[in-house]
Amino acid sequence: MSKDYEVVIGLEVHAELKTKSKIFCACSTAFGAEPNTQVCPVCSGFPGMLPVLNEKAVDCAIKTGLALNSEIAEFCKFDRKNYFYPDLPKAYQISQYDLPICKGGYLDIDVEGERTRVGITRAHLEEDAGKLVHQGDITTTPFSLVDLNRSGVPLLEIVSEPDMRSAQQARAYMEKLRSILLFADVSDCKMEEGSLRCDANVSVRPWGEQKLGTRTEIKNLNSFRALERAIEYEAKRQMEALEDGEVIVQETRTWDEGKGVTRSMRSKEEAHDYRYFPEPDLPPLRIDRDWVDTVRKSMPEMPVQAGQRLMDQYGLSQYDADLITQSPQNLKFFDETLALYADAKAVSNWMMGDLTRLLNQNGMEIQDAKVKPALLAEMLRLMADGTISGKMAKTVFEEMFVSGLDPQTIIKEKGLVQISDANSLLPLIDEIINNNPKVLQDYKNGKEKAFGFFIGQIMKATKGQANPEMVNNLLKERLNRE
Amino acid sequence: MALTIKEVEYVAQLARLQLNEDEKQIFAEQLSSILEYVEKLNELPTDGVEPLAHILPVYNVFRADEIRPGTPREEILANAPLVEEGQYKVPKIM
Ligand SMILES: [Zn+2]
Repeated sequence: MSKDYEVVIGLEVHAELKTKSKIFCACSTAFGAEPNTQVCPVCSGFPGMLPVLNEKAVDCAIKTGLALNSEIAEFCKFDRKNYFYPDLPKAYQISQYDLPICKGGYLDIDVEGERTRVGITRAHLEEDAGKLVHQGDITTTPFSLVDLNRSGVPLLEIVSEPDMRSAQQARAYMEKLRSILLFADVSDCKMEEGSLRCDANVSVRPWGEQKLGTRTEIKNLNSFRALERAIEYEAKRQMEALEDGEVIVQETRTWDEGKGVTRSMRSKEEAHDYRYFPEPDLPPLRIDRDWVDTVRKSMPEMPVQAGQRLMDQYGLSQYDADLITQSPQNLKFFDETLALYADAKAVSNWMMGDLTRLLNQNGMEIQDAKVKPALLAEMLRLMADGTISGKMAKTVFEEMFVSGLDPQTIIKEKGLVQISDANSLLPLIDEIINNNPKVLQDYKNGKEKAFGFFIGQIMKATKGQANPEMVNNLLKERLNRE
Repeated sequence: MALTIKEVEYVAQLARLQLNEDEKQIFAEQLSSILEYVEKLNELPTDGVEPLAHILPVYNVFRADEIRPGTPREEILANAPLVEEGQYKVPKIM
């Protein structure tokens, strides 16, 4: 069925900008404070209060725009977006309507070896709303509680063109955008804390059709996995509805992570009419080109350039380069390890394999890990010189991850040293062959299994510490002499 | 430009106002006369005039990114009709 339809996806991403104070007042933006302890009359929507724009928020927006190849507006202004909701104390959100700060742009994603350029429509500055907490059981309670700590935190809303054609592409876009925001140092991008949020516009159309189908907007996507699953579900739902002769209704839907479904959110009669008008309390912005150039000169290396460097210098694949450049901390770990141990492929394999797995299992970020670049480099060195086997290295790595101890200490404590000494292995091999004359006969008769049996016995006798490659070679030599 | 009753109902719905039939009639007339008055502006030639973004010739008014203590919670919540656990208590909206 999906062969007959094409999925079309555009994403609206909200990134909380990394300023110390809010966008229009001096309240703190720190996450996790007691409810309503970082509020003032401005961000609580008291009458007569005047907003004053945080210059750093504008800097962050310019930085992001440059990183996304956007045009930075020479002139832009703020507008009021009017709607009623208890988390919006003024009953309007200060946003940007017809003159956003960033216009156009693009970013490139690579999925399964294929590069796709996703257009950026615009990015604009706005203020975040507060947080609604449902009291008790959400289905029965008649009340909600409102915490305005988040009200007025600066947001950059980044809107993409409907250029994505699969859930995997949408995820890749989101991951690439996150890495760009992290490298530009404009947002913490913590999806679980809500500092990076995403809404997906999804529609389907028969293959070859030029006109876009009716789209739905999916909200509440607070992880990469949720984004991918929700789009897959929604695309399938729409295709099935069309197959059954139904009409897709343009609506907002919410992703139910537990049930794995999207559900319609709003009643039909609610109109989306925000009656935007210019914000009279904020003078417009004139962003002169000197300002843009100053920001451009201060831009750090972006993930695209860093990834290219890894591919050019170390011959890494696009896939590996993307993984290593998913955050500046990741890249720093790679660069520091590589400075001590110059095998890029080995470093990247361990980072993307065991390290990523353990970080995910423990819900940790790479910068918080006890395993440091120096420890990984030392472990790789011990592996390369044959002191430990690949299997032992796994044990050493897990131990380093937990304790942060250096590999030498762990090897000693756990008795993990590999036996790579022919003089101590040969007598053992002799003994095992002599003790198993029947298996030896089997081997001579051409039974391949017999060889594996001997290997198993030797590894068992050495508690797995014998150098597997060496055992293999020595055994072969010894058996050939029989 | 006369506003229809339907348009009045739509604007009332956006403003969360419940109007009875008489009120709808009254507001249709009043709103229409306001719009008519403002429409006088259309008589002015505005070709080549930039849309006005702000009434004062002021641009780029900023504050530095510095934190100042907010308002104590008891004070900020003092006017709220209902408060619980340091938060505004409002009817649930689904
Ligand atoms: Zn405030």
